[in-house]
Amino acid sequence: MPKDSGIGASSKRREDLRFLTGNGKYTDDVNVAGQSHAVFVRSDLAHGRIESIDVTEAEAAPGVLKVFTAKDFEGVGGVPCGWCVTDKHGEPMQEPKHPVLAEGKVRHVGDPYAVVVAETLDQARNAAELIDADITELPAVVNMKDALKDGATKVHDDLTSNLCYDWGFVEENKGAVDEAIRNAHHVTTLELVNNRLIANPMEPRVAVGEYDPWKDEHTLWTTSQNPHVIRLLMGAFVLGIPEHKLRVIAPDVGGGFGTKIFHYAEEAFCTFAAKALKRPVKWTCTRSEAFMSDAHGRDHVSKIELAMDESGKFLALRTDTYANMGAYLSTFAPSVPTWLHGTLMAGNYITPLIYVNVKAVFTNTVPVDAYRGAGRPEATYQLERVVDKAAREMGIDPVELRRRNFINKDQFPYDTPVAVTYDTGDYHATMDKLLEISDRDGFAARKAESAARGKLRGYGVAHYIEACGIAPSNLVGQLGARAGLYESATVRVNATGSISVMTGSHSHGQGHETSFAQVVADMLGIPEEQIDIIHGDTARTPMGMGTYGSRSIAVGGSAMVRATEKIIAKAKKIASHLMEASESDVEFANGQFTVAGTDKSVAWGDVCLAAYVPHNYPLEDIEPGLEETSFYDPANFTYPSGGYCCEVEVDPDTGKVDVVAFSAADDFGNVINPMIVEGQVHGGVAQGIGQAVLENCVYDENGQLLTGSYMDYAMPRAYDVPMFTVDHSCQTPCTHNPLGVKGCGEAGAIGSPPAIVNAVLDALNDFGIDHIDMPLSPQRVWAAMQDAKSGA
Amino acid sequence: MYAFDFVKAASVEEAVSALASGEAQALGGGQTLIPTLKARLADPGTLISLAHIDSLKFVRAGDGMVEIGGGTTHATVAAETAQTYPGLADLAGRIGDPSVRNRGTIGGSLANNDPSACYPAAALGSGATIVTNSREIAADDFFEGMFATSLEEGEIVTAVKFPIPEKSHYEKMAQPASRFPLVAVFVAKFADGVRVAVTGASNDGVFRWAEAEKALSADFSVAAVQELKHSDDDMIADLHGTAAYRAHLIGVMTRRAVAQMV
Repeated sequence: MPKDSGIGASSKRREDLRFLTGNGKYTDDVNVAGQSHAVFVRSDLAHGRIESIDVTEAEAAPGVLKVFTAKDFEGVGGVPCGWCVTDKHGEPMQEPKHPVLAEGKVRHVGDPYAVVVAETLDQARNAAELIDADITELPAVVNMKDALKDGATKVHDDLTSNLCYDWGFVEENKGAVDEAIRNAHHVTTLELVNNRLIANPMEPRVAVGEYDPWKDEHTLWTTSQNPHVIRLLMGAFVLGIPEHKLRVIAPDVGGGFGTKIFHYAEEAFCTFAAKALKRPVKWTCTRSEAFMSDAHGRDHVSKIELAMDESGKFLALRTDTYANMGAYLSTFAPSVPTWLHGTLMAGNYITPLIYVNVKAVFTNTVPVDAYRGAGRPEATYQLERVVDKAAREMGIDPVELRRRNFINKDQFPYDTPVAVTYDTGDYHATMDKLLEISDRDGFAARKAESAARGKLRGYGVAHYIEACGIAPSNLVGQLGARAGLYESATVRVNATGSISVMTGSHSHGQGHETSFAQVVADMLGIPEEQIDIIHGDTARTPMGMGTYGSRSIAVGGSAMVRATEKIIAKAKKIASHLMEASESDVEFANGQFTVAGTDKSVAWGDVCLAAYVPHNYPLEDIEPGLEETSFYDPANFTYPSGGYCCEVEVDPDTGKVDVVAFSAADDFGNVINPMIVEGQVHGGVAQGIGQAVLENCVYDENGQLLTGSYMDYAMPRAYDVPMFTVDHSCQTPCTHNPLGVKGCGEAGAIGSPPAIVNAVLDALNDFGIDHIDMPLSPQRVWAAMQDAKSGA
Repeated sequence: MYAFDFVKAASVEEAVSALASGEAQALGGGQTLIPTLKARLADPGTLISLAHIDSLKFVRAGDGMVEIGGGTTHATVAAETAQTYPGLADLAGRIGDPSVRNRGTIGGSLANNDPSACYPAAALGSGATIVTNSREIAADDFFEGMFATSLEEGEIVTAVKFPIPEKSHYEKMAQPASRFPLVAVFVAKFADGVRVAVTGASNDGVFRWAEAEKALSADFSVAAVQELKHSDDDMIADLHGTAAYRAHLIGVMTRRAVAQMV
C-alpha cells in the first residue's frame, strides 16, 4: 500500500501553493530602496574590432548615472572557467580571458560592450541608443570544422588557434581500438549532429547588486542554481571580495535546466556597479537578450563507429566529436564534452575497447555549456542511434541486439573501459518492463490502424545510462574540476521540536522543499509539516555546491541523512538521561524514545525542549542545543538507467512527426516521492521531444542568430507531447549512498531523443533512410523522403 | 518600448481625425503592434486605440452574407459565425492561442496583411469586401503584397462583408515555432465557382491559385487537383521550409481542404 508520508509517499508539493497563487518570490520581485537600472548594450555583429566607444551623449541623457565600458573594469578579473581539461598530449586547454565587458573585440552577437545605469529602465534604454560605438566587422567563424582550418580567423587573437583542446580518451587504448575496428566482421558508421539548444527557462536571468558601506558588505540576488558557487567564483576570481563580505541569494528560481549554473558577467557587473555608484543596481534580462546571452547547450558534430562480430557482439567503439564552446569558456563548458560524455560511451553494454576523441572549438557564437543531461545526452544519442543502425545492417532485432550486449546484473560492480565503475543495474529488467508498458506485441495492429489513416507508424527504443550525483571531489579534482563537489546540510532542531534544514542544494522547480522534508520526517518519525527546507542564501546555509547533474537527493539528501543521524545520536543521549536509562538501551521510532523492555518513553518534543532548556540535562557529557551539520562527499557517481520507447506517426505528404506514445521504464534506485519523480521524467521527456522534433538554434554563415525569438525557435507545447507511460518499479538501489537513490532529473532528456529518432526511422523503414539529423522537422523529414524516392 | 501618447477613441470619426494629426498609429488588438513596440522596432508617437469603439464590434448575417465589424475579436467571430459560416468560424477559432483570439481583431489582421496570417486567406478566398471609413474595397484589390494593402494612410477597416459559400474549409500546416501557417489554403465553393486562397507561402503574401480554382470549378473533387502542382517561383524560403516544400504543401493543403468538403 502506498505510504501517505515520509520516504516513498507522493506527498503534494508544498511549494506549489505559492507558485500557483502568484506568491513566489523571484529575483525580479526584489526591489531595493534607491535601486537603479542597468541596460546592457550588446553587439549585433558576430565578430568585430572595437575602434572606439563614445558615451558622451549617453552619459548626458536624462537620468543616467554612468555608462560603463571595459575601461571601467581594468584590474578586474575575467569571468572564470571552473574546469580545466588536459589535452591528449598532456597540455592544459587554451583558456582565453572572458572580460565582464568586451575588451578590444566583440566575439558573438549579444556580447556586451557597454552598460548604461540610470534612474529608470526607460531612461537607461533611451540612453543606450545614444552610445556611438565604432566597431569594424571582422569575418566570423561559425562552422567548427572551418574554424580549425589553417588560416581561419581567430576568435581570440592571443591563442594559437580556435582549438580549445584535442582530447583523447583513453588515449592509450587508441591503437587497440583502431586495430579491432580494422579487423572486425562488421563496422557500422554514423555521422550525426547533436543540435544546439537554448534552454529557455520560463524565468529569464535577473541580478540585483547592493552594497552596504556601513558594513562593507555586498549582496547579490541572482537567478542561480548554486549561490555558493557564484559567491566563490565572483568573489575570488572576478571582483576580489572575500566571502564574509559577500552574500549571494537565489530566491525562487523559475527553472534552470543547467543554464543558471554558470557565473555570468551580468552578476559581476551589478555587484561591481552597486559599489561604484553607491546605489543598488538591477538588471532583468529580456527574452530577446536571453536568446543571445544565456549559455546554449549541446552542439556536437560526431562520427561514431561500432565494430561487431558475426553474432552482433560489440568489439570496439570509436567516436570523433567536434564540440562547440562558443566565443568564451562558460563555467563548466570544457567538462561537458569530455568527462560528462566520454565516460558514458560504454552505455549499458559490454564493449571491451572504446576510444573517444573530442575537439573543442571556439566560434563566434554564444558560449555553450551544460543543458539538462550535459554530455550524457550526446553520448546516449550517438550510441543508441548507432546500435539501431547496426541492428538494421546486421538484420538483428534492435531490442535483441541490445540484449546480446547488455551488462548482466550479476556483473556489477562493472568497470567500463572508459574509467567509471557502475555500482548496480539490471538492464534486462528495465527492457522487459519497457516492452510490457509500451505493448510492443500490439504494435503491428497499431501500425495497421495508422496505415488505414494514411500515416506511417514507427516504434523506437533506446536504453540509457547516466552518471549522476556529481560526485566524488577527489575524482573530479583529478579530472580538472576547480571545485569540490560535496554537498552540505545543517539540521537545526528548534526548542519546540520543529526543524529548519539548511541545504546547499537549490530547488528551482524540482520540489526539494517537499521531498527533502520527507526524508528527515521519515528518519525522525515526525510530521513533514514540522520541517522547513531552507536553501538559496549563502548567509543562511552552509557552503554547498548547488543543484545540477541530478545530484541533489543523492548528494544533498545524503548530507541531510548524515546530519539527521547525528541529531538522533545526540537526542538519544539526552533521552537516556531523561529516562535514567543506559544510552545503549534507548530506541527511537515514530518520534518516541523508549527503553527496551520497559514502558519508559519520552517524546521527541520533550527531548528537543530539554536540549534548549537544559535544567535537567547531562551538561557534563554533552552541550546544550540540537543542531548538526554534515558535509557529504560520495564514493562514486550514481548510475540511473532505463529503457525508453517512442511511437510516432509520420505524415507521408507533409513529413510532420507526431509523437503519439511514449513509455519510460527507469531504474532510479530507491524513490523518495514517486509523483515528483514521475514529474521529472515527464519534463525531461518533453524537453527530449523538443530537441528531437522541434528545437534548433541556428546561426547563419555570418554568425547572425536566425532563431532569436519564439517566432523561429520552436519550443514544445502541451499538444506536442502525448500522455506518458512511466514506470520506476525496477529498482537496483545505489550501494554507496545512505538512501540508495540515484537521481532522476535528467534521465528524460537523455533517453528520449534517440528513442524518438529511432521511431521515425522505423516509420520510414520502406524508404531506406539511414539517418535524419534533429530536429526532425516536417521540412527535413519530407526532404529525406523525397531524396530517398529520387535515389539521391 | 518608447514612450507614446495614447488616445482612446470613442468613435470612428474621432479615431480618423486623431490619426490625421501627425505621427499616429491605429491600435486594434495589438497582437502584432505591441510586440513590435516592445522590441523598440516602432516609435509611433501616438497610439489611437480602436478597442473601445462599440460600432466596430458586431457580427450580422443575412442575404447570403456575414458582415463583421473591424474591431471584432477572433474569438467572437469563431463563436458567432459557427452557424452561418462554419468555415470562417473554424479558421478564426484556430488563430494563435486563446489570448491572441480574445485580443486580436479581424480589422487589425487584414490591415496588417502578414504574409502568414490566416484571415487574409478567408477574405480573399471568400471574395469578401473590406469596408473602411471612406469606401468599400474588394478583397481582390485589397491585398497588395507582404504587409501591404490598398489602405490609405489613416484609413480604418470598419467592417468586412463575407459572401457565404455553399461549403468551405481551411487547411493549415503550422510553422513549428510560431504556429502561424507555414502554408494554409482556404477553399470556398460558391454556386458560380470555386475560390482557392493561399497564405504563408508566397513572398507576395496571400494569393489565389488560379489553376486549382479552374480545375475545381469544373470538377469539385480531390481527383481534379490530384496532379496539380504549384510552381515554387517566389515562394518564401526560410529555416522552416524551402520554396519547393512550400509549393508542395500548397497542393497537399488544397487536396485536404477539398477532401473535407466532398
